[in-house]
Amino acid sequence: MSDERKIAFICSKGSLDMALPALVMGWAALGNGIDVTIFFTFWGMDIINKNRVDHLEIAPVANTSMKMSMMGVPGNLGIPNIVGILPGMTAFATKLMKDKMKALEVPPVREYLQMLVDAGAKLYACKMSVDMMGLTKEDFVDGVIDIVTAGDFIDMTEGAQIIFI
Amino acid sequence: MVAKTIAGKTVEVNEEGFMTNPNEWTEEIAVEIAKEEGIPELTAEHWKIINFCRQSAGTSGKAPTLRQITVGTGVSTKELFTLFPKGPAKKVARIAGLGKPEGCV
Repeated sequence: MSDERKIAFICSKGSLDMALPALVMGWAALGNGIDVTIFFTFWGMDIINKNRVDHLEIAPVANTSMKMSMMGVPGNLGIPNIVGILPGMTAFATKLMKDKMKALEVPPVREYLQMLVDAGAKLYACKMSVDMMGLTKEDFVDGVIDIVTAGDFIDMTEGAQIIFI
Repeated sequence: MVAKTIAGKTVEVNEEGFMTNPNEWTEEIAVEIAKEEGIPELTAEHWKIINFCRQSAGTSGKAPTLRQITVGTGVSTKELFTLFPKGPAKKVARIAGLGKPEGCV
């Protein structure tokens, strides 16, 4: 519980499974009195995008870690990619993961983000990604402080431990 | 584990300063540990949270996580972090005479 310890997360991915690490670890850090900054870049901006945050997904295609065991089938049986490409499979895998999260009392991403903001986490969006994707601050959920450059991020995270996701 | 005297009572604490036997806890001990944690006075709002943690641990055997506290008490995340600034997770558990919370949310 050091007064000086700071952690900064860089979220670069927008799938549901890649949204969670920064939320879980950031929340744990805040609970332990550590300063938390999160920088959302490229696909990671989906996590703070008002129109996307409730619709983050996980695709079974080319996901070698997603096995039938997630559905209670014992062993190491995979989900063939050719099955994964069928319409509805991404939605199915997403629902499966969301149900599992709910069973563990993990809040949905939007609510989780709000918890972090309420606990003092500072959220920023990446300027270059925002410009590239034609977004503005209005596209982001409340709690995103500003759109900043990579240089700003480096300045504001002096002395912080940086975790790239 | 070491014996430590808090508010005139000798209790067992672990290496991180958490009490190991919740039954040894008293309200006076809570006041004393709160001071150690930088909270000079426990208000009714603080007690609402501490009492919830005691009850929750009484049933589950584990200190509740921060989210279980906010959901269970109706105290908002913002309030919780204001009442127990700079790391409520361990602070609340220590003051309530419980172990470190085991959940992640």
